[in-house]
Amino acid sequence: MDVLMLSRLQFAAATMFHFIFVPLTLGLSVLIACMETAYVRTGNETYRKMAKFWGKLFLVNFALGVVTGITLEFQFGTNWSRYSAYVGDIFGSLLAIEATAAFFLESTFIGVWHFGWDKLSPKAHAIVAWLVAGASNLSAIWILIANGFMQNPVGYTLRNGRAELTDFFAVITNKYAWLEFFHVIPASLLLAGFFIVGISAWHLMRKSHTDFFQKSFNIGISVALVFALFTAAEGHIHGNNLSDTQPAKLAAMESHWETQRQAPMYLLIIPGEDGNVLQALPLPGVLSFLAYNDFNAEVTGLNDIPKEDRPPVALTFLSFRLMVGLGTLFIMVAAFGFLMRNRLDKFPMFLKVLPYCIPLPYLAIWAGWTLTEVGRQPWIVYGLMRTSDAVSPVGTAEVGFTLVLMTLLYALLGAIGIWLMVKLAKKGPEDHSPIQV
Amino acid sequence: METLMETGSLHYYLAMIWFILWGVLWAVYFILDGFDLGVGTLMPFLARTETEKRAILNSTGPFWDGNEVWLIAAGGVTFAAFPYAYAQMFSGLYLALMLLLFTLIVRGVSFEFRSKVESPAWKKIWDTAHALCSFLPALLLGVAFGNIFQGIPLDETGFSQAGLLGLLNPYGISGGILFVTIFMMHGALWLCIRTTGELKQRAENMATKLWPGVVILTVLFLAYTAVSTQLFSNYMVYPVLFVILLLPVAGLVLMRTYLGAGRYWMAWASSCLYIGGTALFGVIGIFPAIIPSNPNPANSLTIMNSASSPLTLQIMLGVAVVFVPLVIGYQFWVYKHFATAMTEDDLHY
Repeated sequence: MDVLMLSRLQFAAATMFHFIFVPLTLGLSVLIACMETAYVRTGNETYRKMAKFWGKLFLVNFALGVVTGITLEFQFGTNWSRYSAYVGDIFGSLLAIEATAAFFLESTFIGVWHFGWDKLSPKAHAIVAWLVAGASNLSAIWILIANGFMQNPVGYTLRNGRAELTDFFAVITNKYAWLEFFHVIPASLLLAGFFIVGISAWHLMRKSHTDFFQKSFNIGISVALVFALFTAAEGHIHGNNLSDTQPAKLAAMESHWETQRQAPMYLLIIPGEDGNVLQALPLPGVLSFLAYNDFNAEVTGLNDIPKEDRPPVALTFLSFRLMVGLGTLFIMVAAFGFLMRNRLDKFPMFLKVLPYCIPLPYLAIWAGWTLTEVGRQPWIVYGLMRTSDAVSPVGTAEVGFTLVLMTLLYALLGAIGIWLMVKLAKKGPEDHSPIQV
Repeated sequence: METLMETGSLHYYLAMIWFILWGVLWAVYFILDGFDLGVGTLMPFLARTETEKRAILNSTGPFWDGNEVWLIAAGGVTFAAFPYAYAQMFSGLYLALMLLLFTLIVRGVSFEFRSKVESPAWKKIWDTAHALCSFLPALLLGVAFGNIFQGIPLDETGFSQAGLLGLLNPYGISGGILFVTIFMMHGALWLCIRTTGELKQRAENMATKLWPGVVILTVLFLAYTAVSTQLFSNYMVYPVLFVILLLPVAGLVLMRTYLGAGRYWMAWASSCLYIGGTALFGVIGIFPAIIPSNPNPANSLTIMNSASSPLTLQIMLGVAVVFVPLVIGYQFWVYKHFATAMTEDDLHY
């Protein structure tokens, strides 16, 4: 393997591992802040216990998210130095703003949140929880604006042999970035909802802390339902936007080859290198509708995109189908759970299955990012710089060695982290608070 | 490497301001992460009982995360303000940097993981990992900055071919040893503030014993620097700059005085002054280079050939002017409320 492929693998490994922890941080931080607010408002001890119990799981998750995030910022320099030199004027400043405006706030107050239960009033502690939640989500905005620039570069000019910033406002109001933001945040809340629901179901099935976990379940399932719907609807708008910004990604994710009006969506497709090996069960005009909100619109096919500008079709296509399939499943599961939330004891099988649903939103988010990043290939910055021109002139052995080391380290830490979270989750809330449940 | 600006232009002054801010960010990072890395390194030497270990970890528990963000900020600012330097420095120091990241990762999770399983063997693993991964970043940062002070062999594109072994030259290693010792001293003073009883006594003895070591190493390092680097050349041209050396010297003297008087906060603040002053001395020494090239100074990555566009530098300056004081403000608040001597209540996790 060459340095390019190894660096791509290293970046994929680092990012995907990091993104196991990020969505739960984004979603759960908001829900914990809500629980604390409910405690301040009502004085009901259960909410305080909830914030503490889910907060404990949150902290393990947060630690892994933070430490793996450091690698990412530095990887642009270590593995993608030509990219960093070429677009650093824009991309670097966005990362620096993220650190200064958001990450500081988040990391400083997570310590206060963790160690401040006895030192701060409930109200002050709730404010700190909101600071952590707000900062985490603010952090996501800047990172997604940076990613948005890679997807749809705006506000720059080519000067001094690099891309230089000309319009900061255009960069931060990049539509692509905001569509990503409003997809990632609801998806994270959906994930956090399923996380709470899965663990609550496990306890409800065993009749342990029923009041506590019924309340948690109700919060989790409502959040999951609302944001499953929101994520899906927003995803449709996102797909629409691709027809303007990245037609190659759109064609690849649908494995759509022939440019045509009233483009059908095939329910069954087996994609190949130069066309579909098999396509069956067409829904006439649906692809045109998905891309343009118009059943008659013309959709560009891969055959009209030069081969060297096409992303890997099979992976992009499969990621998209997996994401959409899971998204549909989430809506159905969350709707059923929401409707039956007060009669859960009648559905033991449902309770039994729910803990196993926890990994599914993770899988869907991974698939979504795979679609986003692989579907942008062969570009690192769409239409501006090819990934193959971006890699650092470092040795294959160095990258290979650290890739292996990193994979082993991450696998070990990830396994320990997940094991600890399962352990904490099964243990349930601590019972030494004044009111027993 | 082509020059991007005229000396004396607006672009040049913006780049110069960012060079100073860049230096300040690194100095603040060393001051803040310095004490928690030092505390971690000292743990096996100071803590005997489980309670003492917990006390040592909790002495930095509320702060380490916020401290480490200064590294992210320093890295981010290098990227934003001097993208060429960021690109070449981080790819050129590839292995050293990856090693630094891995150790920081293990260290970060050790805070969380350690307490979650009630088993002495489990705790011992994470204690060892914590100490080792506090020591190694200090060493690696010292080696890296030693090499930057000395100059790194850069080719005409500004790329370094030094490799990890190339960094482990005598001067680089002496930088590493200096950093480790300084951070241990800084950490020992922190423990004097945060702990009580026997543990505090041990921390105080440690600080007292480390102090002469810090003085001797500082003097030796300065002498070595004068002999084997160009760091003093700016000072030779503008001798008035030598007043900067008063900062670390005053820091060293005050540190010992306040330690002897039992005024630990002041002793720690003096140690901050010492670290900040030393960092500033080094940064001014390499100006206008961010990564000086040695042996061929023409290949250096300087503010002139590495800076971002004037627009980016201006926007970033606006962001820094608003947010950096804010960050300092709320971090100060956190220290004021949480950095007191710990009681029984602070020892749970």
